[in-house]
Amino acid sequence: MRLSGRGVRCVRGGREVFSGLDFEASSGEALAVTGRNGSGKTSLLRQIAGLLTVAGGSIGLEGGETELTLAEQAHYLGHRDALKPALSVTENLSFWRDFLDDQAGQAFNPTDSLAAVGLDHALHLPAAYLSAGQRRRLSIARLLAVRRPVWLLDEPINALDAAGQSMFAALMGDHLARGGLIVAATHAPLGVPAKELRIGGVS
Amino acid sequence: MTALAALITRDLKIALRVGGGALIGVLFFLTVVVLMPFAVGPDLALLTRLGPAILWLGALLASLLTLDRLFMADHEDGSLDLIVMGRAPLELACAAKALAHWLAAGLPLIVATPVLGLLLNLDATATSAVALTLLAGTPALTFTGMIGAALAVTLHRGGLLLAVLVLPLSIPVLIFGVAASQAAIAGPLSFGTPFSILCALSLVSFVIGPFAAAASLRQGLD
Repeated sequence: MRLSGRGVRCVRGGREVFSGLDFEASSGEALAVTGRNGSGKTSLLRQIAGLLTVAGGSIGLEGGETELTLAEQAHYLGHRDALKPALSVTENLSFWRDFLDDQAGQAFNPTDSLAAVGLDHALHLPAAYLSAGQRRRLSIARLLAVRRPVWLLDEPINALDAAGQSMFAALMGDHLARGGLIVAATHAPLGVPAKELRIGGVS
Repeated sequence: MTALAALITRDLKIALRVGGGALIGVLFFLTVVVLMPFAVGPDLALLTRLGPAILWLGALLASLLTLDRLFMADHEDGSLDLIVMGRAPLELACAAKALAHWLAAGLPLIVATPVLGLLLNLDATATSAVALTLLAGTPALTFTGMIGAALAVTLHRGGLLLAVLVLPLSIPVLIFGVAASQAAIAGPLSFGTPFSILCALSLVSFVIGPFAAAASLRQGLD
């Protein structure tokens, strides 16, 4: 499986953010997107996720499932964590599991994914009472509950404590070892070996 | 199907919990209808004549009041991004959200109608006629209002804009809803004609609403 972009151009609000961007990542590889604030890291991730129009060039995935679009094979972990404060930790996770997964009907135990991110002590707590780090952990549990080959991560280790960062690095390592693919916008080292894609001029 | 069922269940759960907003519409409806007899005065015949129109206006405004949260809450917390990326077609996801919204916010209005009919001096036949027209008409209000909600999703405080946007689409529903209720109460027209048109409006909105809303969500994402 290979994710590639050729001459990708991004325009936001009539202003060109970046253009002529080439990138490539194969199965088992992580791509760390770096650059100063406002250089378009998040925009690039949203373009890959199909949430933002690609103003020029092309982005494609080779070797994935042919009937699904790139967005349908990707997980997007953004700044906004898609959690409903009124629902409990388990309810939030179960909803996304049911909504995102087609092969439903199999028994699903949210405790497994939640234990992997260290949230199994708070199963029935409404998400409103979670701290920023715990919310991030719950979002990460979504990546584990439904398997998708491509992970698009926007500043994934923000708000995580040191233990959380090493936990997430291990999870990313597992995902890569299983043949997954990661594109992450980040300022800090990811904790897994990654190719660097720098957007914008060298600061 | 599981995906859509999950979406409906989640939206219903959120609406029915504390701060969910399912009751806001029906409370507003209650306020409008309770105040109306005091404003009109103690003329029972006049109240009976105005009753169906007042109930319909109250229900229309109440459903517009709650519609702006239909997509905005999901947009603000990022859920909408994941719904757009999901494998369930966006049109069906929109229809599922509208259905959940109608169940949580539209159905209580219909349940409250018989009680509020008492305040407007409507007898049992008249109240059931109004309740029946609301049952047929409020889905049309929700499904056309969804188009406005999808257009206004990126705007903060887009609620008023939504009301203005969907106003032309809700006027026919209001006209035929009130006409059918009046026909059932006073005649001389038959109840069937305006009621069938009301049902037709609802059916048309089931088809057009989800497609228009999905198209404007795709365009509006940023």
